[in-house]
Amino acid sequence: MPRAFDEMTLADGSIRSAYAKLADWLSGAPADLLQYRVKEAELLFRRIGITFAVYGDQQAQERLIPFDIIPRIITAKEWSILTKGLEQRVSALNRYISDVYGKREILRAGVVPEDLVFQNEAFRPEMAGKTPPHDLWVHIAGIDIVRVDSETFYVLEDNARTPSGVSYMLENREVMIRLFPELFAKHRVAPVERYADELLATLRSLAPRTSSADPNVVLMTPGVYNSAYYEHSFLADKLGIELVEGRDLFVRDDVVYMRTTEGPQRVDVIYRRIDDEFIDPLVFRPDSALGVPGLMSAYHAGNVTLTNAVGTGVADDKAIYSYMPEIIKFYLGEEPILKNVPTYRCREPEALKYVLDHLDELVVKEVHGSGGYGMLVGPHASKEQIELFRAKLKASPAGFIAQPTLALSTCPTYVESGVSPRHVDLRPFVLTGSDGARIVPGGLTRVAMREGSLVVNSSQGGGTKDTWVLDE
Amino acid sequence: MLSRTADNLFWLSRYVERAESLARILETTQRLASLPAAYGGLTNEWESALATAGASETFFAKHDEATQDTVVAHIAFDRDNPSSILNCVETARHNARSVRTALTIEMWEAINGAWLELRRMADRKLEGEELTRFLGWVKEIGLRFDGSAHRTMLRNDIYDFSRVGMLLERADNTARILDVKYHLLLPEQGEVGGGLDYYQWSAILRAVSAVTSYHWVYRQSLKPWLVADLLILNDQMPRSLAACYAELVRHLDHLARSYGRQGEAQRIARSGRVNLENGDIRSVFQSGLHEFITKFIGDNNRLGAAIHAQYLA
Repeated sequence: MPRAFDEMTLADGSIRSAYAKLADWLSGAPADLLQYRVKEAELLFRRIGITFAVYGDQQAQERLIPFDIIPRIITAKEWSILTKGLEQRVSALNRYISDVYGKREILRAGVVPEDLVFQNEAFRPEMAGKTPPHDLWVHIAGIDIVRVDSETFYVLEDNARTPSGVSYMLENREVMIRLFPELFAKHRVAPVERYADELLATLRSLAPRTSSADPNVVLMTPGVYNSAYYEHSFLADKLGIELVEGRDLFVRDDVVYMRTTEGPQRVDVIYRRIDDEFIDPLVFRPDSALGVPGLMSAYHAGNVTLTNAVGTGVADDKAIYSYMPEIIKFYLGEEPILKNVPTYRCREPEALKYVLDHLDELVVKEVHGSGGYGMLVGPHASKEQIELFRAKLKASPAGFIAQPTLALSTCPTYVESGVSPRHVDLRPFVLTGSDGARIVPGGLTRVAMREGSLVVNSSQGGGTKDTWVLDE
Repeated sequence: MLSRTADNLFWLSRYVERAESLARILETTQRLASLPAAYGGLTNEWESALATAGASETFFAKHDEATQDTVVAHIAFDRDNPSSILNCVETARHNARSVRTALTIEMWEAINGAWLELRRMADRKLEGEELTRFLGWVKEIGLRFDGSAHRTMLRNDIYDFSRVGMLLERADNTARILDVKYHLLLPEQGEVGGGLDYYQWSAILRAVSAVTSYHWVYRQSLKPWLVADLLILNDQMPRSLAACYAELVRHLDHLARSYGRQGEAQRIARSGRVNLENGDIRSVFQSGLHEFITKFIGDNNRLGAAIHAQYLA
């Protein structure tokens, strides 16, 4: 594979201007200084708590995600393009979901095939004909972005259900500010700490119109055994809202209440970090003890806002992804600002033929897969793996999409052998309230710690970096 | 505050307190068991430890005879004993994790650190000096947790619920330690007030770290009724039933004020405090110490149930 675009050092060895000060600092920093800071960072993470749900805890099956101390830098100009593109994309996602559960114009126009909607496991017939408060569906979106050269950003994936990782964005920054004050002094880094306030403002703006002027917002978690429990408690703490489990809530006369030491208290907005199938045993999985009986009934009565809305999964699987450029054009009449990675839909016979002929060059993904499982990276795969996927593809072509192997950009990363380029992606978080969109300048940069690896998922050994958006 | 949060805080403190109390029971027993026969040896101290710890049933389900090794293992590390020190600390830590953000970092570190350490030690056979060191360490868990709570927490309802849990458990434990006398039947020819009796009362004082306090307060040699007076009625003694109830009333009243309403819990606690304030050790002994304690433990449980119904459910 050709050398990937490095965000710091160009092919000719020159340094990109955004990274000039960082490169200068790195070249002057003694090796043991970096090593020392890495140790300090680990200590800090333990102190401020990110590991409290993690270390020594075998029950939670969780571990500390590696943190890389070298920041990733994005210029103000690049960020402003990203921001516009993200807003456009999430706005289209909202219009699309509203349409799919409403008038279904996009299906009648033949832009998106019907079976991709109605046979989608994430389609919720319960929501057909229903409108959530303010007709907004995706209030918190995490859009995964990759970069391939100095100009081009691609959207890799839309996360419209319960995207996670924002706690790392916030904690990574806290740790970096403590560890590298001298670097912050040399850069004008846009702060991310407002995220909690922005999120709370967004959630409050989404309260049902019937609720009081001071709506009660809660965060709902599946409980301590969930792998993201740390993030749930972290966010509830930062927002100053109650962290509830299903058993803390009950529904009476279509109104949701929480059990408190001062008696029942009405709940207006539920930021739920629990999947659709588990929120109400009367409507969805009856065997689930995580949800609240009657919640959907209160939701349909318009007495509570669930965020994200029920049924948003219909917009974020990998098959729908390939239609996003058309979806943006259909609703907004605009060209997409952020490109999609060219995608072969294996459900289409011609595409399937091409994919089968080029398996060793392509990345093949399961339409419903996530977390980097069930994925074939052609150029890195063995003959056996390729044949295995060929069989899978032939058996159920509609279950897969394929994309060219992208030369994901790399960033300087501190590894055992010193500072070395590693592939990265970026997940910014887009908030949408009744009063508009909010995007905090930054996001979660994930980095594939293994040399040459393109898989950044934490379940596959990926780490994280602080993401600096320069303010000038 | 969520009822579940309050419930977790309440039980978190109870379990930490219970773990400490279990260590004290083992310490006392170890001391009694080391006495030569003429001074009270050869009796069934280890069985009485089980009775005091409320662990007889789980113990005899798997053992025939109560020896130091088996009893220590059962009370310290046995997972089949819901009130073993290991299970107490583990449950406390689980509760702490669920309410992590309601705790200060210091409290979390105290309980999480203890849990990690205890997991490393579990299943080790504890003897002699190692047992002494272990019991000292368990008592320090309580000190560290309690001290962190006292020094770092906001004085709000979170604090009140964690103190109420601790105090309710402490009153129960003091009562049980006193009741040891009942379970530790005197040998038939034993002389009341004789050597054996003396060392048993002294061991009870040690169990609640009150030997020095006793001498400061009464300025005389050990008398059973004065030991009982100290642990039941003397509100200067932080583990006495009277002191626990004075504090319980204070925290429950604080909750009632900040929530703007009173209930059964406040009434039961106040009547308990009044009984202890007006109590007289002579009449306690006349009507029977064991009967007094049995009634107290029952009333204390009723208070726990009232707190649960009023706030935690």
